[in-house]
Amino acid sequence: MLSKKNPLDMLFASITAISSFAVILLIAGILFVLVHESWPAIERFGIVKFFFDTDWNPVTESFGAATNVYGTFITTTLSIIIAIPIAIGIAIFVTEISPDFLKGPIGGAIELLAAIPSIIYGMWGLFTLSPIMSGLIEPFLKTITQDIPIISALFAGPPMGIDLLTASVILSIMIIPFTASISRDSFRLTPEVVKESAYALGATKWEVIKHIVIPYAKLGVFGGVVLSLGRALGETMAVAFVLGNNHRITSSLLDAAATITVTLANEFAEADKDIYLASLFYLALVLFVLSFITLAIAKFFLLKAERKYSR
Amino acid sequence: MPETFEIEVNNLNFYYSGTVHALKKINLTIRKNAITALIGPSGCGKTTLLRCFNRMHDLYPKNLYEGEILFQGINILTPDTDLINLRSRIGMVFQKPTPFPMSVFDNVAYGLKLKGMKKRAELSENVEKALHHAALWDEVKDKLHSSAYDLSGGQQQRLVIARALAVNPEVLLFDEPTSALDPISTAKIEELSQTLKNDVTIIIVTHNMQQAARISDWTGFLMLGELIEFDSTQKMFTSPSIKLTEDYITGRFG
Repeated sequence: MLSKKNPLDMLFASITAISSFAVILLIAGILFVLVHESWPAIERFGIVKFFFDTDWNPVTESFGAATNVYGTFITTTLSIIIAIPIAIGIAIFVTEISPDFLKGPIGGAIELLAAIPSIIYGMWGLFTLSPIMSGLIEPFLKTITQDIPIISALFAGPPMGIDLLTASVILSIMIIPFTASISRDSFRLTPEVVKESAYALGATKWEVIKHIVIPYAKLGVFGGVVLSLGRALGETMAVAFVLGNNHRITSSLLDAAATITVTLANEFAEADKDIYLASLFYLALVLFVLSFITLAIAKFFLLKAERKYSR
Repeated sequence: MPETFEIEVNNLNFYYSGTVHALKKINLTIRKNAITALIGPSGCGKTTLLRCFNRMHDLYPKNLYEGEILFQGINILTPDTDLINLRSRIGMVFQKPTPFPMSVFDNVAYGLKLKGMKKRAELSENVEKALHHAALWDEVKDKLHSSAYDLSGGQQQRLVIARALAVNPEVLLFDEPTSALDPISTAKIEELSQTLKNDVTIIIVTHNMQQAARISDWTGFLMLGELIEFDSTQKMFTSPSIKLTEDYITGRFG
């Protein structure tokens, strides 16, 4: 405890305390504003109906979140699926395989990748990735899947390059550095001596990675993945460029769609009616709650990982 | 007939990162089915020497060996030595217990599985044998499938010994195996080492001179990377031939 007698100490203590409480106050304030502003929409559409209603129609003033939630869900999930193996691969390479002189540059490059502003990803996505997707990758995927019953539905429709798939690829590139660095930190939790014990039994490098390092890091990596999920949930700019803005639930990944964030970014300016505006705030509230839940899950697993192996 | 040695170290020099001269012209012999203790002050190179026997130093870049270590007459410091094979014949137990993140059973079965043993019955039989051997069976037979982390520190260390024993090594390297354990667990492991030497040759690094005196047959005293004296434990602890050894053993330094 800081001494109560010294006025300077007390001043210092109150400044730190005020700063800390300000954070809690801020969160409470944001939550209050979201609920307050979206109240007309909550009253009108209810909770369950809003969440599952696929109609988003400003003209008829009928608003449901389902298409946005669906777009968010698909892009987030798909991006995580693409990002995880690559990110874990990077983390394994950097911690276990790469020679020392490469570790620095690779680590630096990963952090730089994370530092690129998302709007730049969006521009790059629109002008570079999108043509590649529509000209090369998407036609290729269509051709190889055309005879497979259910899978082919995922790639139905013309390859436009402005769609769920392209948005997910952009998102995955954005979350790879994040997932990779958390995975790397988790892999580093494996005590050197436990790895040595496995080597001392005659294990090869791959066996040590597979049987020791990965199980050790499992919870930490999982927490990292959920944190990345939180990031992917909230990402706006990069996705807005390449997703189109289409309030429809489609089975094809080659269709334009909408996410919660993209809808918010695109439609606030045109929300001319009170209920429209309230619905957008309601949508923001949904995102807030989803992010909060993801973060809580991630924290839970990271904490569990720390406790399990910190002896 | 000349006495046969399990391991012969001839003019061994070892350099960390190719530059730090950690072991200087070490010559010693390890007898079969005996316990050889390596003692000396911190940083003297005893652990470094121990880790030469299973080429643990190869895990880190630029470490350099010179000279030879003959294991049953064959030099194991040559570049073409099969390290996987070497390490399954020369097992190692570390300072802190190092259970793997898996069940008790899977920990002990780990080395066997690495060697390609797949049949459940065969694995069970060998796991049980190893746990008996490490005097742990009675304590864990009802929790073979719970996590190895649930065992106490002393049990974990015996689990690690069982894991090393399961693959039938010819030599066991103990790197201060009891320094993280309480006196009772320490006593159990010391007792265990006496029965183990019927089947394996043991080399133990220890900080605890009483431990070396209690359990070992041969003792090597190292200082600053040099082997100062090597003799039978009895001789070393009663009438060492070198003054430095006597000073260390009687606690005048270190």
